[in-house]
This record gives sequence, structure tokens and C-alpha cells, in this order.
Amino acid sequence: MLRLILSRLMAAIPVMGVVAIFVFLMLRLSPGDPAAILAGDAATPEAIAAIRASLGLDQPIWQQFVTWIGELAQGDLGRSVLSKQPVTHMIADRIEPTISLAIVTLLFSVIVAVPMGIVAAWKQGSLLDRGIMALSVAGFSIPVFVLGYILIYVFSIRLDLLPVQGFTPIGEGLWPFLQNLILPTLALSFIYIALFARITRAAMLEVLGEDYIRTAHAKGLPDRVVLTRHALRNAAVPIVSVIGIGFALLIGGVVITETVFNIPGLGRLVVDAVLARDYPIIQGIILLFSGIYVLINLAIDITYVLLDPRIRY
Amino acid sequence: MRSRNFRSLASLIGLGIGLGLLAGAATDATAQDKKVLRMVPHSGLRITDPIITTAFISRNHGYMIYDTLFAVDDKLQVKPQMVDSFKLSDDKLTYTFTLRDGLKFHNGAPVTPDDVIPSIKRWGERDTMGQKLMTFIKEMKAVDAKTFQIVLKEPYGLVIDSLGKPSSNPCFIMPKAMAETPSSKNVPDEIGSGPFRMVKSEFQPGVKVVYEKNPDYKPRSEAPSSLSGGKVVKVDRVEWITMSDAQTATNALIKGEVDMIEQASYDLLPELKKSKEVVIKDLQPLGMNYMLRMNWLQPPLDNVKVRQAILHAVSQEDYLAAQVGNPEFYSVCGAMFGCKTPLKTEVGAAGTKKADLATAKKLLKESGYKGEKIVIMAPTDINSINQLPLVSAPLLRSIGMNIDLQSMDWQTLVGRRAKPDPIDQGGWHIFHTAWGTADMMNPVVNAGIKGLGKEGGWFGWTEDAQIEKMRDDYAREADPAKQKAIAEAIQKRAYELVMYVPLGEYIQPSAVRTNVAGLLPSPALALWNVEKK
Amino acid sequence: MRAVLRHPLFRNSAVLAGGGILLLLVLIALLAPLLSQTDPTAIAPRFRLKPPSEDFLMGTDKLGRDVATRALYGARVSLLVSICVAAIAISVGLVIGLVSGYIRWLDGPIMRTMDGLMAIPGILLAIALVSLSGSSLLTVIVAIVVPEIPRVARLVRGVVLSIREEPYVEAAIGLGTPVYRILIQHILPNTIAPLIVQGTYICASAILVEAILSFLGAGLSSEIPTWGNIIADGRDVFQRAPWIILFPGGFLAATILAVNILGDGLRDTLDPRMKKRLGA
Repeated sequence: MLRLILSRLMAAIPVMGVVAIFVFLMLRLSPGDPAAILAGDAATPEAIAAIRASLGLDQPIWQQFVTWIGELAQGDLGRSVLSKQPVTHMIADRIEPTISLAIVTLLFSVIVAVPMGIVAAWKQGSLLDRGIMALSVAGFSIPVFVLGYILIYVFSIRLDLLPVQGFTPIGEGLWPFLQNLILPTLALSFIYIALFARITRAAMLEVLGEDYIRTAHAKGLPDRVVLTRHALRNAAVPIVSVIGIGFALLIGGVVITETVFNIPGLGRLVVDAVLARDYPIIQGIILLFSGIYVLINLAIDITYVLLDPRIRY
Repeated sequence: MRSRNFRSLASLIGLGIGLGLLAGAATDATAQDKKVLRMVPHSGLRITDPIITTAFISRNHGYMIYDTLFAVDDKLQVKPQMVDSFKLSDDKLTYTFTLRDGLKFHNGAPVTPDDVIPSIKRWGERDTMGQKLMTFIKEMKAVDAKTFQIVLKEPYGLVIDSLGKPSSNPCFIMPKAMAETPSSKNVPDEIGSGPFRMVKSEFQPGVKVVYEKNPDYKPRSEAPSSLSGGKVVKVDRVEWITMSDAQTATNALIKGEVDMIEQASYDLLPELKKSKEVVIKDLQPLGMNYMLRMNWLQPPLDNVKVRQAILHAVSQEDYLAAQVGNPEFYSVCGAMFGCKTPLKTEVGAAGTKKADLATAKKLLKESGYKGEKIVIMAPTDINSINQLPLVSAPLLRSIGMNIDLQSMDWQTLVGRRAKPDPIDQGGWHIFHTAWGTADMMNPVVNAGIKGLGKEGGWFGWTEDAQIEKMRDDYAREADPAKQKAIAEAIQKRAYELVMYVPLGEYIQPSAVRTNVAGLLPSPALALWNVEKK
Repeated sequence: MRAVLRHPLFRNSAVLAGGGILLLLVLIALLAPLLSQTDPTAIAPRFRLKPPSEDFLMGTDKLGRDVATRALYGARVSLLVSICVAAIAISVGLVIGLVSGYIRWLDGPIMRTMDGLMAIPGILLAIALVSLSGSSLLTVIVAIVVPEIPRVARLVRGVVLSIREEPYVEAAIGLGTPVYRILIQHILPNTIAPLIVQGTYICASAILVEAILSFLGAGLSSEIPTWGNIIADGRDVFQRAPWIILFPGGFLAATILAVNILGDGLRDTLDPRMKKRLGA
């Protein structure tokens, strides 16, 4: 197991290297100039040139790259061009909302979707199954921002039940924390419920066709027991791996939800940074997201081994 | 092994449900603290140095934590602020300033001429009006712990006006150590002597800034008026909470989650007006102006006839209706120095106010224009100006121009407009923007009419020696009547050459909850004197 | 002809329903100039934010443009973008996947690069690419294509790896058949079915991503109407003029729904292996 983890970690290094080079080149070869943004609307070209020089942006690209990698190796992501704050500090400030939203959404989606998938598989072909599957196709088709606005309109404006926007840290109480997260979670989980329900149903169907399930039924065990004790356990591998991928997608996909609900998370930080060409922030966050993605894939591999002893690496 | 894992998964889910139930039981414990003013600013604060950038949000931040030597009142008269008294010598060359008693920086150190002089110098490197002032200054020196002098090479009429300039960049006074930062680098700290202190630990760039009342601030005894007078803080804490989505901000205000929106969206005003707890206020009486700016270096716009054709094609009403929509908040205005300012004049402005397509077509024909491609840069992510290019494009096509409307985000536009290169190397022809009237209200601050070309001109690189000479004359002139005559001549010339096309004046209404009182109309946001009942 | 029609594809109700709706949308897109005489970019500030009426079937937007007309024209761009994206992503991914799966020493470097691209969240990558290189139809397409390529490449590589172990392919290799012929004759045909299925899903996601880009201010200028930017234009007036979002949003959802249904149907009929893996 340790060897598996180590070899996987080693394999992650070139992947992260590709990410680093790609992001760096993409930023430096693009138009737009952080110095011009810093200087503002009425600045003269001379002032902009002076700022460029003070940011080191007038150096050759390879030299900027070497400097950046050097700092990166020491765990230093640099400082924001605009606000001069360390990028690591800014990420730490903004990570809680994003992680909270991702985890709550994931939990909610799993709690709703897995039973839905099981029921759909159990009653395969029935009206209920078709209904659930139709819902899951619909879940893939409604853009999250359209759904977000509809939810705000209904629950915050018309019914006045929940806050319109914002984020409250969990440190200020569980209810205020959840109150702010309910609508974003609903909007965001739609697509994940669709995804997880589909996968659960598919995985269950595959398992339900196996001999031992028939045997279990023949023994006279109730459906509930057969479904949860025998079938679900064996269908767990694909379900868990999709949930893992779902989490990785979530981290990157909260950008839109954060915009609609004005949640000060990493997604908005990076979109704002792209629009402002704040290179160090963009580089730092994309590296972070990619790192999370790689780590989750590693975790999925390990879960495979844990859940299914047949799989060996 | 397998079952153990499953049980742990199940218990995890159980835990989740348990947490949910627990949460339902908890009560809403948000105690309303009346002394916190929560505001949605017009954009997110990221750059905290109000000298390095001209961005208005950074300027507003500057007025929170810094103080100025002079400041304007509600009639745009410049009044002493940090300065107690000043004298001009008989030869009109030496200004002697005495600072008020009790001025202290947030770190407890007193404000001395040693802080003031480098602050003026740094500002003078960046600001248009400051740069002009610097060319007249022979030396600045400290006399004692409260007195300093500015010695001029020759008499200059705008010394006090420059130091009391209300908008970007105002001459904010910083401690010596901060003021000695090169003007091409951000200041490393947030220490001012202003009425508020920034709570640095709660600063999240682009998201939230928190200020607290500065208990050591000694306000002037006069009543507050715009940016001058006694800056008495009446709340304990001010929070600027950025909301990039106007709808979200509107909903938050109606529900009382915030107390004010600095710039309410025009399209959402009807919704705000429906709420009994919200009032719409005009806090920026001078307003803002839209403009169309052309690149003089780029053929065919180097030809004055082509520029005149564009001037005659536009009708301000079209732009204002498209961008603002509600006539309550805009007015047609041909005055390059603003329509509510002392230098208001409509001379030469006929072309921009009403569309005259026949004349425009005739001028274009005379110019020898042969269908060259004209690149208009259109920003997609700035809601306050993104409709303007969409009005220009069909309009200019209708007089026979070959328009290439290129959309990009604002930051690409800002980067690209700094390039004087030919079109095939990333150059441009036209962009649109908006300026606060305070930043264009006289020939010295108005960068749009600079005639310096590539040697210090603003983007578009308008060049004209005659205008430069008149700007110089204006700066030296002390008599307001004569100043006005020069300003008129400048505007006439600027319209003849079409240095830019004014597209109309508008105001940005604020939306405020009814329990907030004491907001001061001013060219920059002023949050002292504000009470929350 | 009749034999073609008897193919199981044309007996699958999902394929028929999804394909039917899509065909209708394509027709709408092609016939947009005939269906509406109005210019989708013509502005009329006096008629701004008018609710749906006889004159404006779906109301007007902030510049007084007719939402119905814009939605019709928007179908063109949205469909064009999605088809181009799918075509490019599949062709490029196919080549990369074939090369990587067949030429062993290139496999490592290519797959690590693909892994790297996949590790960057697709939406972020697309936002960065568009806003960094200036938004035009081409950059939007490229930006949506880039994150899709690794997925296609991986899929193709997987097919290649499994096919090249087949006895008949090994026999062909043993007989000294040139590489390109093995690829074209034996391997390529096996990739077609999964790629068609993958292609429909890419279409659906491209329409959505384009809408998201526009929503976040990194899409096309509203001079070129797309469903995404019509919605984005209307988002700050949602409460006052919900029709600007709801009608194009309905189009958008219906199209993605149709493409997804079609994709499921294609998968069931063309690629039974995948059906087994994904169910439905």
C-alpha cells in the first residue's frame, strides 16, 4: 500500500510540472498587462512602463519562469500584483467557503442520489425508474446559474425564507452557516444528484444480475437487505470513484455558484484574478486545484484497493 | 474489511444528518449592531495605494484612512483641511503652510512636514495636476515641526487647487517611510491620519474591507461640507462588502443585510423604489461623463475630417438611453469640463449633441476614406460602459465606415489601449470610457484634452502645440474670469480637432436604507458624518 | 435505403426523440432570417425591457432588442460552437489517442501532458484562455476544445490498447502491415461508435460552457447573440425582466436535454459495452 502511494505521488510530479509550464506560458503569452491595470484609467504610458519594471515584467520570459519556479520550490506562491498580499494568505482566507460548499453539496448529493439510484435499479423499467432517470437527464441540462436565480427568486424574494447572498463562517454558528449554504447547495447539487443517481443505478443493475443476488433472493431475504447488504456493497467501487471525481469537479465548478450567490471563495478569487491579470494568484490557484485533483485521484485508487480486494496494483 | 469500511461510511452519513438536525434547533443569533455601517462599494478594493492608481475605489479608500492638506466644499471651493493656515509671500513665490494641532498618524506618530513633503513629491510624480505643479516648484522645505514652505520658480495659480484636488489622485498625506516608496511600487502599509483606520486583519482584496473609527482623530470645528470641514465619525465600524452581481446587492439591501449601495443599478431602481425602507440618493452631484476616444496615430483617424465625421454622426441621447436608460439620471452635455462646474461652456459642442448623418457622410467623403477597417474595442465585463460600443458600431456603419467591433474583457482593453502600434500589431482605433466630472472639470486635470502626443499624452495620443500653450496659460492664470475665457478657447479647439467625443453626463444614484442619515454629497465617497439610527 | 432505416438506431425512441428535437432546432437556426424579419442587433432604447407582447413575443432586453429574434439567431451560434467543438475535439483527440496508444515511447509523455491538462479545472482553463486571448468565435471554440481533448484522447487510447491485443491485429502486425494501415483498417473503425457517443456529450457540454463563459463576462460580445450572452445580459434585471433569462434558458435547457437524450440513445444502440458500464 505504501509503495502504491509513493509510486502514485512520484507519477504526480510530471503532471504538476505540465500544469505549471502550461499555466505560466498561457499567462505570459497573452495580451493584457497587470501594470496597466494597477495604474488605472488615467495613467500615462510612462507611469505604466515604470510599474512594469518594478514588477519584473520587463524581464525575458524564461527568467521570470526560473524566478517563479525557484520561489515555488520554497513553497512561496508570490504576492498579488494588485493588493500586495501573499497569495498563500489570500488562498487561506478564501478556502473555507469553497470547501464548505463543496463538502455540503457532496454530502447532500450523495444522501439524495444514492437511494434514488438504488430505488431506480430495484424497480427497473417502472414508472418510478423512468421518472428518476428523466429527472437525472434534466439535471444535466439546466445551467446552474439559471437554477440559482430561480431559487433566489422563489425562496429569498417571494417566500423570504433564506438570505439572498453571502457566506457565514461555521465559527459563527451552525445555523447561520447552513442558512447561507442551502440555496447554493441546492443549485449546485442538481447536476451531481443526476450524475450520482445514474452511476448508482448502473452499478446496481450490473450487480443485481449476478448469481449471488439471485441466491440471496431465493433464500427469502427481504429486498431491503439484499439491496443494501449484498448489492450496494458490491456496487460501491464505481460509485465511490465517481463521487471522488465529482468532488474534484466541484472544487473547480463552484466558480459560477460563487458568483450567483456572492460567496467569497476561491472560484471568485481566481476569476477576478484572471480578469485583472493578477498572475501570481491565477498560477497559485490553478496549481492548487490541480494538486487537489491529483490527490483525489490517488485517494480513489486507494479506495479501490480497500473496497475491492481483487484489485491489486 | 469491506464491511468495516461500509460502516464507517454509513456513520459519516449519519453524522451529516445529525449535524443538520442540530442546526435546525439552533436559533438565529445575529444581534443587530447599530454601529456598523455595511456598504456595497462600486467595485472591489484590491489596490490600496491611492497614489499608484487612479482607480476610484482606491481613491475612496484613501479618503477613509488618509487626510488631505486641502479639500473642496460643496461649492467646489478649496478649503484648508490638515492645514491650519497658510500665507503667500508678496512676490507670489513662497507659500508657507502651518499644520493643525493634534494631527496624528494611526501609529501614534505626529504628522510633521517630514511626512508631508515626501507625500507631495510622490503624488507629484503620478498625478496629472501634481506633475504640472512640480514643474513650477523650486523647493519644498520644513521650517519647524508644524510649518513648511513651497517655493516656486515662477508664480502659479493652481497651487492650492492642486493640493486640494478632490479626485484621482488627491494629495493624500502618508508617513515618511510610506511616502518614500517609489511611485511605481505599492505602499507597503495602511497608515494614515484620516478619520478611519483600516482593520488589516479583515481585509480580503476584492471582497471585503473593514474600517474602524479612529478615536484619535481631531476633526476641524467647521460643519462638514463635501470633503472639507469637520470629519466627525458617527459609527464604530464600516464594512465594504463587494457584490459583483447587481441583483444580489439589490436583494441584500431590500432585506437589510447591507445599509447602502454606493452605485445602484439603473435597471433595478424600480425594484428599490418599491421598498419603503430604501431611498435613492444622489451623492455625486457633479456626475460622470461618457466619452468616445480615438487613436490619433492610427490612420484613418489621423485625418481630422474622419474624426469630425464621427463627431457629427453621434447623438448623445442614443448612448445615454442605451447605457443609462432612465432620463431621470442623464442629461445631454457638450461641455468638456462638465455641465455643473464653474467652467461649463457649450462652445463648439453642437456636433456631438444631435446626429447629423448627412454632414457626417459628407465629411467622410471629403476625407478620402476608402473603407479602411476601424477597430472598436468593446469591454464585455464592465456593466457601466459595455453598451456604448454597441451603439457606436451600427451608427458608424450607417455613415459608411467599415467597423470591426472586437470584444474583450476590460483588462485586455486597458492593456491594449496603451499600445500605439499599427492595427496588425495589436493596435486600436476607438474605445469608450467614463470619467467622473471632478476628474475633467478644468483644462489641467482633463487628460482627454492634453496635446502632448506620445510624449506624456493620454491614450489616443492627441497632439496639438496650441492647446498645450493654452493649458499652460490657464495654469498660470489666477483670475477666474480670464481662466474661464482660456478654458472656452481650449474647448473650442479641442472640438475642432475632435480630441474626444463627449457622450453625455449622468449621475450614479446611491441606494440607502432609511435608517442611515448624514451622507454628504461629494465628488468622492465621504462616510464620516454618517449615522445609523 | 429501407435496410438503413431498419437499423436499430431508427427504432430507438431516445434517438428519434432527441434527434427530432435537434433537427427542429437546426432548422430554426438555419431559417432564423426567415422566421424573424427583425435585426437581432438593432437597438431601440425606447423599447427597452418590454414584457412579452404581440410585437415582441419574448419581450425585449436592456437595449430594446427583440429577445425572440436574438434567441433564434442565438441558436445558430450555440449550435455552431457545439458542433465545431465536438468535431475539433474528436479529431485532435483521435490523432493524439491513436499516436499515444500505438507508438509506445510517445505514450508516456503524451499521457502525462493529457493528465496535466485534465488536472486543470475545465471551466477555469476555458475562462483563462478566452479572456487572455480576447473573445472571438474562434477563441471561444478553442477554449472549450482544449479541456475536452484529453478525455477523447484517453478514450481512443483505451480502445487502441485493447484492440491491438486482438489476435487479428497481432497477426497483421506479424505480417508486416505498415503502421498507418493497421491504424486505419483495424483500429479506427473500432473507435467510431464510442466517439460518436462521446461527441454528443461534448456537444451538450460545449453549449453549456459557452453559456457559462458569457455569464462570467468572458464570452462573445452581445453583437453576436448566443443563448449564453442573452442570459448574461439579462441577469442583473432578472427580477424585473425575467423573460430575458427564461426564454433563452428554456431553449438552452431543451437543446442540452435533446442532445443528452440522443447521446443516451446512440450509446445504447452503438456501444453496448458502454451501456453495460453506465446503465440506462
